[in-house]
Amino acid sequence: MTKKLVKGNIALCEGAITAGLKSYFGYPITPQNEIPSYFSRKMVELGRVFIQAESEIAAASMVLGAAATGTRAMTSSSSPGISLKQETISYMAGMQVPALIVNVQRGGPGLGNISSSQSDYFQAVKGGGHGDYKIIVIAPNSAQEMYETAYDAFDLAEKYRTPVMILADGIIGQMMEPIEFNRPEKKEFKEKEWILNGCKGREPRSIKSLLMKDGVLEKHNVKLQEKYKLISENEVKYELYMIEDAEIIITAYGISSRIVKSAVKLARKNGIKAGLLRPKTLWPFPSKIISSFAKPNIKFLSVELSYGQMVEDVKLAVNGKSNVEFLGKAGGGLVTEQEIIKKIQSKVYSIFL
Amino acid sequence: MKKILSKPESLKDAVLSYCSGCGHGIIHRLAAECIDELVVREKTIAVAPVGCAVFAYDYFNFDVTEAPHGRPPAVATGIKRTNPDKFVFTYQGDGDIAAIGMAETIHAANRGENITILFVNNANYGMTGGQMAPTTLIGQVTETTPFGRNPEREGYPIKLCELLSTLEGTTYLERVAIYNPQNIIKAKKAIKKAFQCQIDGKGFSLVEVISNCPVDWGMTPLDSIKWVEETFIKSFPLRTVKDKINSDI
Ligand SMILES: Cc1ncc(C[n+]2csc(CCOP(=O)(O)OP(=O)(O)O)c2C)c(N)n1
Ligand code: SF4
Repeated sequence: MTKKLVKGNIALCEGAITAGLKSYFGYPITPQNEIPSYFSRKMVELGRVFIQAESEIAAASMVLGAAATGTRAMTSSSSPGISLKQETISYMAGMQVPALIVNVQRGGPGLGNISSSQSDYFQAVKGGGHGDYKIIVIAPNSAQEMYETAYDAFDLAEKYRTPVMILADGIIGQMMEPIEFNRPEKKEFKEKEWILNGCKGREPRSIKSLLMKDGVLEKHNVKLQEKYKLISENEVKYELYMIEDAEIIITAYGISSRIVKSAVKLARKNGIKAGLLRPKTLWPFPSKIISSFAKPNIKFLSVELSYGQMVEDVKLAVNGKSNVEFLGKAGGGLVTEQEIIKKIQSKVYSIFL
Repeated sequence: MKKILSKPESLKDAVLSYCSGCGHGIIHRLAAECIDELVVREKTIAVAPVGCAVFAYDYFNFDVTEAPHGRPPAVATGIKRTNPDKFVFTYQGDGDIAAIGMAETIHAANRGENITILFVNNANYGMTGGQMAPTTLIGQVTETTPFGRNPEREGYPIKLCELLSTLEGTTYLERVAIYNPQNIIKAKKAIKKAFQCQIDGKGFSLVEVISNCPVDWGMTPLDSIKWVEETFIKSFPLRTVKDKINSDI
């Protein structure tokens, strides 16, 4: 199969289209503008739905409506826009409406800037909106994975009737890489038993999250929690790199994991036994595998483009069995390989050398 | 014996949660009767609001979804664009449609979405206990305008139909009321016309129904009806605000 040089954002669009995306609703914000631009032409050419909404809130609500009818729908945005979409994400979690939300993160808080960041981790994996809920959060680290995760996201969302978020970052979205469009087009979809498509030949249905009768909301929440448990058991994905004999395990996702991979190679050349554990799903988090590596003689280092967010989940998984260090910056700066090596040597590795 | 009246098929046999004398029940019935008469029940997907009518999905006998406060026009847009063959309408109060959801309303109308909105104007927020709405009349006392709505402090009542009439995308806008049988008949005609507008693919239609909220107005049902007739509709005149259904032919 021949490879094509495309931006991560475009690869993601192609993955979603091949997966049978029927409608896209968006609102411009950098660094994800290629997504609405690409869809504005491509979806119309394919006879599918594209709307530039009046706001992120409206775009997300359009997704809710389209997805409630059982069709594949998505929206994309970047950090401040995702904050606005949180209202609908909470509703979709409560109403159990499956859809894809893409966050190509930029620097914050507030307007911040348009360079790459990983500072929306908390917002993505800890609920983000109101109420007790989780959404599946996938973190691709290449254009190829942007394509593949967008392709897989809808099946996953529909399997569990839940919103799924792809949490990318400015660099993954903007970076051009050769990718293989290696997935078959999905055309046939089984009709689900919960969708709203007119009550012909059946009882009317409603999709809602308002449950006022005594104990009903509690029951609904228990059901949601059971679903989240099932997702945690079945859908954790991660990548291990040079980890078998590693004495220092570096955790990183998205663009950071690419830098860490180079740093691991460099460290190995210098005789430092480093390895990479890359969560591909940020929720559910690969806690079990992290926990299985956690021992007194193994050190952990979380490298992120934030001031320390995923590191909290690493610490929870490690549960005191290993030292956990953190290296990160945000607001536009990238962590360099040299900084990682320096951190390993000064803070972590020296402790047990 | 000949049966001359029965519950519309589009209404479930449920006990409505509305206060005595509230207009929502009548408006539900009118919508249901129109849907029956137009034979679209089995392809209807309605959008319920946040407000007193939030339980519409428990009362209407067809598919209904919930929407976040003010977002029904956007939710309906998503439904209709992906399912142009379905019949899609939203049911919204003044707080829902003209306060938190004003942007969604204006832009769905401006895009000329082929949907219908039933807009229940009762000049206050019913569900949360009678606070000021965008439609609250000048001088009207509400929970949050205890001295009466003062335009210098709270601005003026928004006339949504007139506002939307300036948009190229709107096809049919009508303001009706339900305070007496004659007006109920007129209201039903308007709702049916708005629904037909969508069925014929003619674009965005909205019917504003002036309704009463005796409980939050602090009135008896009878007094509330009198207030609608003597005060409310003076500020919100009943009329066809825009009708492009036939004029384009
Ligand atoms: C985001 C959000 N803000 C506020 C509320 C609280 N709330 C519920 S109903 C309502 C007002 C509804 O008034 P209206 O739309 O006029 O409908 P009515 O109850 O009068 O029929 C408000 C503010 C909410 N549910 N969600
Ligand atoms: S509060 Fe007002 S609008 Fe709400 S049900 Fe009661 S009378 Fe009707």
